[in-house]
Amino acid sequence: MSVGILFLIVVAVAIVGFLLGRQRAMASVQGDMRKLHSLPGYYGQSVFLFTAVPALLVLAVWLFVQPAVVEGRIFSMIDAADVSDGSSRDLVMADVRRISGGLDALMENGGMTEADLTAMRADLTDVRGRLGSVGVAIGANVSPNVFEAAKEYRHMSDRANLLMVGAVLLAALIGFGFAWMRITPELRARNISEQFVKALLIGSSLIAVLTTFGIVFSLVFETWHFFNLYPGKDFFFSASWNPKFGGGSDLGILPLLWGTLYVSFIALVVAVPIGLMAAIYLAEYASKSVRTFAKPAIEILAGIPTIVYGLFALITVGPILRDYFASPLGLGSSSSSVMTAGLVMGIMLIPFVSSLSDDIINAVPQSLRDGSFGLGATQSETVKQVILPAALPGIVGAILLAASRAIGETMIVVLGAGAAAKMSLNPFEAMTTVTVKIVSQLTGDTEFASPETLVAFALGLSLFVITLGLNVVALYIVRKYREQYE
Amino acid sequence: MTDLSHNAASLYAPDARTRRRNASEARFRFYGMIAVGIGVLALVVLLTSVLSNGLGAFRQTFVVLDVPLDAAKFDPSGTGDVEAMKKVTTVGYSTAIQKALVDELAAAGIDTEGMDAKDLKGLISQEAPATLRNQVLADPSLVGTTVPFYAYANGRVDGFFKGRVSMESARLDNNVSPEQLLLAQQMRDKGLLTVAFNWGFIFGPDASELRPEAAGLGVAILGSAYMMLIVLALALPIGVAASIYLEEFAPQNRWTDLIEVNISNLAAVPSIVFGILGLAIFINMSGLPQSAPIVGGLVLTLMTLPTIIISTRASLKAVPPSIRDAALGVGASKMQSIFHHVLPLAMPGILTGTIIGLAQALGETAPLLLIGMVAFVREFPDAPPAGFFEPASALPVQVYNFTQRADPAFVERASGAIIVLLVFLVIMNAIAIFLRRRFERRW
Repeated sequence: MSVGILFLIVVAVAIVGFLLGRQRAMASVQGDMRKLHSLPGYYGQSVFLFTAVPALLVLAVWLFVQPAVVEGRIFSMIDAADVSDGSSRDLVMADVRRISGGLDALMENGGMTEADLTAMRADLTDVRGRLGSVGVAIGANVSPNVFEAAKEYRHMSDRANLLMVGAVLLAALIGFGFAWMRITPELRARNISEQFVKALLIGSSLIAVLTTFGIVFSLVFETWHFFNLYPGKDFFFSASWNPKFGGGSDLGILPLLWGTLYVSFIALVVAVPIGLMAAIYLAEYASKSVRTFAKPAIEILAGIPTIVYGLFALITVGPILRDYFASPLGLGSSSSSVMTAGLVMGIMLIPFVSSLSDDIINAVPQSLRDGSFGLGATQSETVKQVILPAALPGIVGAILLAASRAIGETMIVVLGAGAAAKMSLNPFEAMTTVTVKIVSQLTGDTEFASPETLVAFALGLSLFVITLGLNVVALYIVRKYREQYE
Repeated sequence: MTDLSHNAASLYAPDARTRRRNASEARFRFYGMIAVGIGVLALVVLLTSVLSNGLGAFRQTFVVLDVPLDAAKFDPSGTGDVEAMKKVTTVGYSTAIQKALVDELAAAGIDTEGMDAKDLKGLISQEAPATLRNQVLADPSLVGTTVPFYAYANGRVDGFFKGRVSMESARLDNNVSPEQLLLAQQMRDKGLLTVAFNWGFIFGPDASELRPEAAGLGVAILGSAYMMLIVLALALPIGVAASIYLEEFAPQNRWTDLIEVNISNLAAVPSIVFGILGLAIFINMSGLPQSAPIVGGLVLTLMTLPTIIISTRASLKAVPPSIRDAALGVGASKMQSIFHHVLPLAMPGILTGTIIGLAQALGETAPLLLIGMVAFVREFPDAPPAGFFEPASALPVQVYNFTQRADPAFVERASGAIIVLLVFLVIMNAIAIFLRRRFERRW
């Protein structure tokens, strides 16, 4: 039975529960609604909630846990001998899954019965050929052990599915029975169902916490694996990044960190003055017509996906910088460079800086401006000597937030900065960043348990810690600053 | 005040110090204008670059052929049975197309001397036989007739008419020769080649690295649509529920403070970290399939939640307390006052925030790269819910995929894909603005 049908059955049972619950409540007072504690709908609602929610929770948890349990069992059935050279346990596991899917297809179209399957043995029949006949291609011949694992996998999955259907329906029926049985005119049905809804609301708000927990857990767990395979000292202090497929890689974070900081620095040098000046101009000088046109235009920049900026860096900015600046000056011949990525990222950050600064400048009380004008200061003197100093903490916070954005940005640097891990001062050279390497290490075909792949988690954790630190400090500053004038 | 005497000059002529201050004022103002100008200019240049590079992807050069489909060849069993016709491979269709091309050229009186069959065939995309085969398998009655067939022209020929390929570049190119381009020009003059709107780019699947002319966005658009469905179905209810709790019920204590700090920090976590989360938890731990929309949808849901929660809380806060008081005053419970009165009034704001969150999620690329959406996918996923678990691509990832391919024709495809993406974003934002304008209430 598919999950979708099961879901629909649970919902249908719950709707029936609603109707029956309502009807029972009405029947218990012979149709005289005034004698009920709550409106009749609430009696139905409480049955609905008690039927659907626990059952669906069981379903969700089961779907999440079942594959992990089944695969874990089967994983231990695969011998080291089944894993041929150049292959890995994960690949064999994928074969097992494919064969088991193929067996299902054979049952359906190939005219095979359960009894045939039990008798079928990999060393006697041509498993590969038979699976091929129903359109399931297996790379190599199937060893008996793997075939047995596949049979067991299929068997366990079937059984687990059956168990799941039973457990979910049982949960639904128990909830139904419990809620339905206790309906009496005195039952405080509204309070019960409101308590239930409130619990759901609390549960939803916990998802945010769970997400953070999931992020930290997945990063720390895999990073710990990484540091078991690769010395932490080399990761943090080695200035060389040179992953090799065969092992013996140098995986030092320093060149990546250098590239990241260099690109972010250029981006901030572009974005902060432009964003800040634009915010000041729009807040203090611009006429209404200019503001209604320019402000949305700059804000549109913020809504453009980063992949668009990445492509812009790759096909427009990179070649222009190379042909008109880098090559004539003899500084480099690569169109992807720190400068390319930094400039484009700066453009991306302009609206970010300007809208944050705008909020902050507008939060400075009008009385400060009026005082300054009263003393005879010009507008620019007021801005420079009164507003900016008053807004400084907030602006620092905004810059820190922008820096954290720049450090975590991925697509612009993937397409614009290049892939060579280098520590150089020349901004027209291609360098690489932490995020670029996370992408390249995790999208390759390397085995999952190798340090070359796991290093991505260590990089991710470093990135998370850095950006989180910047955010916490920035949010603290901004919050403190806002309170100052409230 | 002692130097008043120095200022004996006319009040109408500013002194040096005033002039300096005024100049500095004008300069400052000028810097501000420049900053705004750079921002607007950046937007204009960005859009122009994308449009000028990408509009070409929507127009495509086609070779117009009448291909006779010999019944003996394409339906050897003679029964019109599709299963039997599937045995004829693309090679068979390829020869038929080639023959049709030679005949058409002869009929149009174009001199093809000095060009062998391979050169002629090179004008047409390698994808064409498969397209024709699919067309025939979809409608077996075509066999035995002569079908008018629009075959994609080879990517280089297409590039020639779009100005990307020139005679000079063709001389250095292994894939096309200047003679072929000359022939193409003649065919164009005779009407054998035509440039038409390329529906295949929007609805067709991706094609291999060697066939840029046939690459389309169909699978990517469908994959993105599936993910948006998942995000909408999960993020909206969960986000609204969480906001209602935090805004209306949560007591002011350390625990809720922790949740709030958590949400504002989650909004600033780099998107790629969410990709790592998806890879570790959804794929490695709970064994969901790689490159499936369900995983992408879940990851994007987690990313969008903070945005939706923040905007929902703002619109709940904007509903004045008098509404709640009035509801409570006539005997509603707190839950009733919220669900019957506050929530409906906050709905336009919530929907606006949700649409903006969805638009953000639609353009997100980095996390999808990590969960395997970069894979080359040609098959359309099934209808939901089964399709949620089948491999698909996504629009922004498809852009990234195009940029990773060597053939320069893919630059045009990538920019074209961006145009499609931007069109979707504009539509979503327009809906959001419309909702805000139409339903927003000021109290």
